[in-house]
Amino acid sequence: MTIPLNWFLVLAAGLFCIGLFGVLSRRNAIGILMGIELMLNAVNINLVAFWRYLDPANLTGQVFAIFVFAVAAAEVAVGLALVIAIYRNRDTVVVEEIDLLKQ
Amino acid sequence: MLLPALVFAFVSLVTLGAAIAVVTNKNILHSAYYLILTFVGVAAVYVMLQAPFIAVVQVLVYVGAIAILIIFAIMLTRRLMSKEMEQHNAQWVPSVVGALALFVVLAWIVYTAGWPVQEGTPPLDPISQLGQDLLTTYLVPFEIASVLLLAALVGAILIGHEKGMRREE
Amino acid sequence: MADLINLIEDWIANLLLGWGASEELTLFLLQTLGSVLVIIICFVIVIALIWVERKLAGRIQDRFGPNRAGPFGIFQSFADMIKIFTKEYVTPEGAEKGAFNIAPVLAMASVLAIWAVFPFAVNVIGADIHVGVLYIVAVGAFGILAILMAGWSSNNRYALLGASRSVAMLISYEIPMVVSLLVPVLLAGSTKLSVIVEAQQPWWFLLSAPTAALIYLISSMAEIGKAPFDLLEAESELVAGYHTEYSGMKFGMFYVAEFLHQYTVGALVTIFFLGGWGGPLAVRWPILGVVYFYGKSFLIYLMISWIRLSLPRIRIDEMLNLNWKFLIPVSFINLVAVASVDRILLDLALPIWIDVGVLFAVNLLILLAALYLAGKSKPALERKEFPPRPVAVPPGTER
Repeated sequence: MTIPLNWFLVLAAGLFCIGLFGVLSRRNAIGILMGIELMLNAVNINLVAFWRYLDPANLTGQVFAIFVFAVAAAEVAVGLALVIAIYRNRDTVVVEEIDLLKQ
Repeated sequence: MLLPALVFAFVSLVTLGAAIAVVTNKNILHSAYYLILTFVGVAAVYVMLQAPFIAVVQVLVYVGAIAILIIFAIMLTRRLMSKEMEQHNAQWVPSVVGALALFVVLAWIVYTAGWPVQEGTPPLDPISQLGQDLLTTYLVPFEIASVLLLAALVGAILIGHEKGMRREE
Repeated sequence: MADLINLIEDWIANLLLGWGASEELTLFLLQTLGSVLVIIICFVIVIALIWVERKLAGRIQDRFGPNRAGPFGIFQSFADMIKIFTKEYVTPEGAEKGAFNIAPVLAMASVLAIWAVFPFAVNVIGADIHVGVLYIVAVGAFGILAILMAGWSSNNRYALLGASRSVAMLISYEIPMVVSLLVPVLLAGSTKLSVIVEAQQPWWFLLSAPTAALIYLISSMAEIGKAPFDLLEAESELVAGYHTEYSGMKFGMFYVAEFLHQYTVGALVTIFFLGGWGGPLAVRWPILGVVYFYGKSFLIYLMISWIRLSLPRIRIDEMLNLNWKFLIPVSFINLVAVASVDRILLDLALPIWIDVGVLFAVNLLILLAALYLAGKSKPALERKEFPPRPVAVPPGTER
């Protein structure tokens, strides 16, 4: 283990913050979903890094990462189905224009 | 020490650079291509962390399924003038400030908390042990995840279905 | 003399160490040499395969095939290569340059990367990673991405249509491919390819899991886009599908990647179901193992070509029906049945030929039941019977 744990954690933190910026500032709904995927990847890097450096013999970290994969895939599928359904109805994917519930 | 550090620097540069390109590119399809590059970079990080199964599953699930799904969705929701459309909303400056602040806080936490690092070696054959863990210790989350995936499958098909064919009982 | 490859490897290693290179550098150079050698052999094989394919197509279709360029046309491949090298690269206006140029490279790279994990003989393997099977499936996903990029960046309606249809087909057929690939993994007890091949030695998995082999073969033929699944490049419908706008060496890369993918599928079927490098005397003389491996892959390649040249193309809705309503249920039921039967047989500890026989019977039962049930379902479109009508009737008697 010649690379210290902190480097991996900082990499994951950076990826998470970039994803956060994407979610908060993109107008395209699919762009927001891409930001969410970046955040989930950052979480996974954290999980696997902690597994490797804190308790490598016990595979709990990898199991948790696998569950995050499954949840991310399910969420992307449903999210994109929603985006396509909204596009069919409203002819737009820009989230600022989908404001029927606003005052 | 030098070679692993160089490799880590290269991989993290590629990953973070591609991630920044994802959230700042004007063309959403190019963002999707850079997202694929980010996923491959993250898979390289998993290989460096000696988790080959997670790395291969990352490529399989994210690049092989999620990225293709995203590209399909982009293709299906293209509008003619999307190339010139402004990609960032009016609050992008506070977003940058907030994201940077969060990064500083997280990095500070990472460097000041004392992580109980242990020297250890990961098991040689992770797959059989993962299989046993999933079916004995973590059986309930495993079953719940399968129900979740089934719900997502049915939900995505229902939501994405064309209107004309839905009420066809 | 029998262990030729390791002899050469040790000789080169000693040479390099004698010149003062460090251990890691020697290992790195040897691995690079090995990869380059495998890639060169792949390309040489593709050159031969192009000739074989065209001669075979000619003979099956009752014509000669190429016979001008050299005796029996054996220099036809070289003539084709020279033609492709000297053609101009035409990039359509409005195409996205980056994706347009990367797509053929990615398609070729994803096929070549599969060759890294193949066991060529008992002790000759490129990278014996623990997750070999998953690696193969994951790298295949890059090929799908290359098709999508090629179709989208060509700025051509037909290319985009071809790419979307082909990607929908490819990701659908990945599921039965992966599930039927799990059956040899189950029977061998590991995802390492070398362990899978060694577990087959005397009884190949073709005998223990014929249904899985059949489903894997069908899904792989859909993955490589060979008829009857070749609507990826249905010449009569889509000009040339996703590689319409490619010319010169870029098209050459797609072309070579297609042939190489077919041969790679032959190699994969060999490894998982036909015993890999196994054969008489393959353990004592590893060089024979390499010969058996390449030979068996070539036989599967010939079989795929034979099927391709004999069957017409099926429609996309029939093809998706076949996948979702037949192949996926059958492959899942097969996996569960083989897993249960294998577990029971493990406890009983019978001699191995009884195990193989029972598994063979279970597989055959599942296949016959599935075919029977599929035969009883109604076809998608009703066929109406028309009475025979003459084409030309004498004047004065038409209806």
